[in-house]
Amino acid sequence: MDDDELDEVMTEFIIESRDNLDQLDQALVDLENNHDHEVVARIFRTIHTIKGTSGFLGLATLESLTHVGETLLAKVRDGSLPVTTAITTALLSLVDAVREILQSIGMNGGEGDLAYPDLIAELTELSTAAAPVADTAIHGAGMLGGQLLREGKITEAQLAAALHRQDQGDQRRLGEILVEQGAITPAEVRDALKTHFDDQPNANETIRVDVGLLDELMNLVGELVLARNQILEFVQPGAELAFTATSQRLNLITTELQAGVMKTRMQPIENIWNRFPRVIRDLTMSCGKKARLEMDGKHTELDKTLLEAIKDPLTHLVRNAVDHGLESPAGRVANGKPAEGVVRLRAFHEGGHVIVEISDDGAGINVDKLRNKAVEKGLLGAEEAAALSDRDMIDVIFQPGFSTAETVSNISGRGVGMDVVRSNIEGIGGSVEVNTALGVGTTFRVKIPLTLAIIPALVVAVGDDRYAIPQISLLELLRLDVSTTDDGRTVLPNVEWIQGAPVHRLRGRLLPLVFLRDVFAGRVIDGSGFDDDVALRLPTGGESLYIVVVQADDHQFGLVVDGISDTSEIVVKPLGRLLSNVEAFAGATIMGDGRVALILDVMGIAKHVGITSGVRQASRPTIDAADSMLFDTASSLCEPLLLCNIGTRRFCLPLEAVARLEEFEADAIELTGRRRAVQYKGEIIHLIDLADVLSVPCERVDGRPVRVIVCTDDGVSAGLVVDEIFDIVEEEVAAADRSSDFGIRGTAVIHGLITDVIDVHQVLRGATPALTVVAEEVAA
Amino acid sequence: MSAATAVSARTRDGRYCTFMLGDLHLGVPVSAVQEVIRAQVRTQVPLVSPVIDGLMNLRGVIVTTIDLRRRVALPPAPSHIQPMNVVIRYEDDTVVSILVDEIRDVIDIGDVELEAVPATVHGGCRDLVTGIHKRDGSLLLILDTVKLLDIPGTAARDRNALDADGAEQRAGEPGLSIIANQFELRHQATRRDQ
Repeated sequence: MDDDELDEVMTEFIIESRDNLDQLDQALVDLENNHDHEVVARIFRTIHTIKGTSGFLGLATLESLTHVGETLLAKVRDGSLPVTTAITTALLSLVDAVREILQSIGMNGGEGDLAYPDLIAELTELSTAAAPVADTAIHGAGMLGGQLLREGKITEAQLAAALHRQDQGDQRRLGEILVEQGAITPAEVRDALKTHFDDQPNANETIRVDVGLLDELMNLVGELVLARNQILEFVQPGAELAFTATSQRLNLITTELQAGVMKTRMQPIENIWNRFPRVIRDLTMSCGKKARLEMDGKHTELDKTLLEAIKDPLTHLVRNAVDHGLESPAGRVANGKPAEGVVRLRAFHEGGHVIVEISDDGAGINVDKLRNKAVEKGLLGAEEAAALSDRDMIDVIFQPGFSTAETVSNISGRGVGMDVVRSNIEGIGGSVEVNTALGVGTTFRVKIPLTLAIIPALVVAVGDDRYAIPQISLLELLRLDVSTTDDGRTVLPNVEWIQGAPVHRLRGRLLPLVFLRDVFAGRVIDGSGFDDDVALRLPTGGESLYIVVVQADDHQFGLVVDGISDTSEIVVKPLGRLLSNVEAFAGATIMGDGRVALILDVMGIAKHVGITSGVRQASRPTIDAADSMLFDTASSLCEPLLLCNIGTRRFCLPLEAVARLEEFEADAIELTGRRRAVQYKGEIIHLIDLADVLSVPCERVDGRPVRVIVCTDDGVSAGLVVDEIFDIVEEEVAAADRSSDFGIRGTAVIHGLITDVIDVHQVLRGATPALTVVAEEVAA
Repeated sequence: MSAATAVSARTRDGRYCTFMLGDLHLGVPVSAVQEVIRAQVRTQVPLVSPVIDGLMNLRGVIVTTIDLRRRVALPPAPSHIQPMNVVIRYEDDTVVSILVDEIRDVIDIGDVELEAVPATVHGGCRDLVTGIHKRDGSLLLILDTVKLLDIPGTAARDRNALDADGAEQRAGEPGLSIIANQFELRHQATRRDQ
């Protein structure tokens, strides 16, 4: 066998052994929990194969290590030794050692200097605890011996003799010894080896492909997508029929090819989850907790690059779940929970993304503690902290330098922190959210795009250039009309200026605006009397501008652009070495007409204009937060309110809770069970007649269209039927009494009239208990 | 012959792709040039050094174009000049295009030693010229393609260095052109003597 062939065998051996070892971690943890004969046999086989091949390849350290491991496993398999924690731990260390040796071989061809005498001694000691088993020599035979034995080329006695000589310190390979003994000819050894490598399971169904090749294919497909887009631009109505047909075919094939190639890069998330049982086991052992890992949706597939990128963040979240999330067994029992905690991993597809959830049934995050800690650490001022809603407060854990652990353990704080988790996930265009309930548990929800190479984006125009904004950072689009005042000045009526900094009132909140034109022209707002001349910011002859509301980190802001052209699937290309440090752009892409367009990095722009350095803004407060703002902190209302009439009485509700306003024809209303509902864009909206719920006397004329306020609260939505919707008030209004009536939060005087403030939460929950249940089921 | 020596032999083969930039006759080793193409539609990149002219689509690869006039601190080209792209490929497969006024011949100078840049040449552009080849009637300045990428405000330099470097370059602005003119004069003088 010449050197090249040996190298090939060696590489094959390393790759295969690695795959097998990855499964071993999980198998060993399984074994500890559940003594299954099949699992032992599988572990034994893996170690046995590694031992055999390493003997054949002349890897002495690896062979001696796996030999003692195998001896131990043989006894476990025969049932002469029970599986103990000590044995599992020793075997796991064995797996680690084998991994290290393989890595060393992969990197520099040698086994490394470590001989692992302690581990060998430990494994030997564990296996000699019981009566020695006589036939380990045969069990210890590597694959070559086994193969020859099966083929009847040698006898057991010959094999045992050869193995014995190896055990006595003969450094030669088994084949050589057998040939010397005269048991077989060199040709037979070669044949046996050949047969063995040809016998690899599934060899014909799967092939190993270099990731580099897949990357190249992906690039080529990207090119093809661009070329396809360009061809499609030539297809005009009236184009030659054959051309149209061909380009349609090209379109179809390209799409399928793209999907196919993307699929080759997909790997099940299982590949990284496999190591978590081990992580949890090691952790629970070292911190004295009990935990069980549940995995759901482990076959969910993700692009290989993304999988690599989320490996460390996910590991950190899993570690955190055990270390910070779960209580001690005693504490759990005291709280009426089973001593063993559950860490649950879930992965599933949702709207073009993959969601990975890591939940624990532990203590949950104590928001008050968090608040004190944040103030103590100087991350937030006391008043600032008090003003933040619970949800926003929880986000503080993602701040650099924040740790909730009362004692710094050696488990958390190793490697990455939560801020790194977030920035790693955002680095690949994903996001992470936390949901927690005190005493019930915490769930981290990680949202990841399916692939990095081709992303959906919105194409906008600034001047003559087009820019692509990745859809993941997009929230909504608004149009800004330009008007001319009597004295001929151009103004933007909906934009106000604070010392040169433009802002827009978006549903009662101030949205900072960033004119991309200014940013690109190098005009930076520094508060020093910045020119607020609108004409500077308009395209020639333009009558309107557009606000693209985006989210960077927790900050929302509006990017003002000249025009919005389209959404399209773009192929992300790197900017090249010279421009790699430009923070405002994430890359570039080629548009349908062959021109290059830059891809905006929303985070980078936020940093560039200084948005992210300021105080964190509350992102979308929940209704609870809005409500508490209404009455708890001050006696006046300053939230925008929607005014409506029911009968002759006047009501208002916080605009924050309103999803949209609709008017339905009377015949669009259908009955479901005892409730009324309408169909709207494929969803069912249940209707709640406020007149009934709030016991307001009124007369309804049959056949008239109904006015509906669609409200959403915590995933429950319903339409509130009112008689008339007439205004939104934003100015401060004097508030009066609180109310104990159902569905009424309090009473205020607005425009000189007594107006009841509707408690949307109570109305939605109270009037539709069934809906609430449904929503919770859906959420679960 | 192994692949490595083949490459180095080719880089020493003495052939240069030459072009004009204003009245400067410049050259880069032929082995570094991937191709020469006509002016392409380019997309501007805001917020970067003005030396970066933009990005162009070269058969699906996005290529950064460098405004060589700005790089060597020459005034912008007259409007009638349609710049040409000299596309340079680096060893790490980075592809960059430099914009020049006009393409000239490929000149084989054989194994003639290049004249070192005289000590009187100062300014940011001094580093850019590796040597000078004396030809009948003109001087061919050989550009260092690697140092070409050392542009203030790009990945090669950090952001803070931008202002200082920019100032330095402005101070040395007349550098190459004046010195080149001096050469031209001296050259003419020698010819007259003959």
